[in-house]
Amino acid sequence: MGVVRVDRTLRGAAAIVGVDDDVSPTGELDRTGRELEVAMVLGALEDAGLTLADVDGVCHAESAVAFAEYLGIHPVFTDSTMTGGSSYEVHVEHAAAAIAAGVCDVVVSVYASTPRSDRARRRPSARRVPPGPNPTLEWDLPYGLRTPMGPYALAAARHMHEYGTTSEQLAQIAVSTREWAELNPRARYRDPLTVADVLASPLQVSPLHLLDCCLVTDGAGAFVMTSAERARTLRKPPVFVLGAATCTDHMGISQMPDLTTTPGVVSGAHAFAMAGLTASDVDVLMGYDSFTITALLHLEDLGFCAKGEGGPFAAEGSLGPGGGPLAMNTNGGGLSFTHPGMYGMFLITEAVRQLRGECGDRQVEGADVAVAHGSGMLLSVMSTAVLGTEATM
Amino acid sequence: MTTAHDDSPTRFEPPVGAESGPFWDATREGRLLVQWCTACDRGVFYPRAFCPHCAAPRSALEWRTASGRASVYAAVVEHKPEAARVAFSGGEPYCVALVDLEEGVRMMTNVVGCPPADVGSGMAVAVTWEPLSDGRQLPLFRPDAETGS
Repeated sequence: MGVVRVDRTLRGAAAIVGVDDDVSPTGELDRTGRELEVAMVLGALEDAGLTLADVDGVCHAESAVAFAEYLGIHPVFTDSTMTGGSSYEVHVEHAAAAIAAGVCDVVVSVYASTPRSDRARRRPSARRVPPGPNPTLEWDLPYGLRTPMGPYALAAARHMHEYGTTSEQLAQIAVSTREWAELNPRARYRDPLTVADVLASPLQVSPLHLLDCCLVTDGAGAFVMTSAERARTLRKPPVFVLGAATCTDHMGISQMPDLTTTPGVVSGAHAFAMAGLTASDVDVLMGYDSFTITALLHLEDLGFCAKGEGGPFAAEGSLGPGGGPLAMNTNGGGLSFTHPGMYGMFLITEAVRQLRGECGDRQVEGADVAVAHGSGMLLSVMSTAVLGTEATM
Repeated sequence: MTTAHDDSPTRFEPPVGAESGPFWDATREGRLLVQWCTACDRGVFYPRAFCPHCAAPRSALEWRTASGRASVYAAVVEHKPEAARVAFSGGEPYCVALVDLEEGVRMMTNVVGCPPADVGSGMAVAVTWEPLSDGRQLPLFRPDAETGS
């Protein structure tokens, strides 16, 4: 894929100054829709010590225009980028770029989805049909590949074929992630989990078992970003955007050139180059874990281990809270914490809280660098945000 | 396993895209076509109005009859057909695969004619056809007896 660009820099120009999120161990929330989105925005602004009157930029993966109208504000910057679960990492990148360019000063991004209670209450769920010609309908859908797990199962099968990766190694990712969830009182699942438990859970689309797959829960969150200069005057310690980059590879899985290599190879290299850091500098990796294989691919493509070595790397159990070389998905991840459909917002809220030292029992001591790495659609769009404390500036 | 789904449509029937009319027309005769770029001498899939490899215009594209032979790139088994909301397997687990045609393009398919768990990367397969309701046929693949697998 493309050449790494180092001429473009957003390093330290902007900072996340407020976050909020809402999840429940039951997996269900009372509020939904716009009410929940507004609550998240106001909560994140309160966290920052700002108000709606300060906001002049809005990001929303459906329509930032419609949401700005609902808020009753008149922003000079809107971004409705929708890349699936990585949308919120893309919003970090775009907001930082807009702030660095002087387009706007205070940007909010928000997400709320309540698929679990929608189902329980028989609310119509907001299912998105992509506009325009849809090759997936013509060339993929007739064959009954269940989405989303089917495409990820194909990636896992190919990774096993090329590199000898095993179901046990994938299962260890679910186990290490559950160990983090045990430390998070807001996580959906906190019971101890073993590799045997994962392997004994029903096969869905082989080689993926039920416990290789993320949850379906309600959830919501928001972040607020402003310039580094203004960030230093606000309520909480700023979390600086050190690097941010995105790469789009394909839309349908049959158009993915190499099922074992994601566009995270590009987004990660660009974001790290911008930050002037490498994987070895990362204290916390929030790597989108829609499935165990998704997280494994991030480990390889971001450079935490070599291509093909994600299985043995994960199997060492070094991703859990035991003080290993890499703390991954410290909130319990999409596998055990929450996953409302587009989970990328929670990568950001957790990364920010880790860098502020707000994570209680699961706090990674002295965390200065965190990466929020979002995976959108079917391994299609990867977006990497490298975040850091004042010490990294 | 039951076959209670047999009365319902067994396949999602694919729409015909703006550029893929010739592809689907040929399936009525059991011919597998691949769009081919004469400018860069590469196959194009799915069909497009230009070449995504070299940006050649539509006039550089032609249809060629494929050999029908392919190699499995990756294969999985759906163990919960009811969760996938498909009926074509009669409730039994089935294989979904990405296969690389000899002409160098990759497409999704079902590999049939053997236990689904027997299908794996590198297996040699050949095209076979399943009728659709409008006379078109859907390309599926089966183990290729001639080259062995």
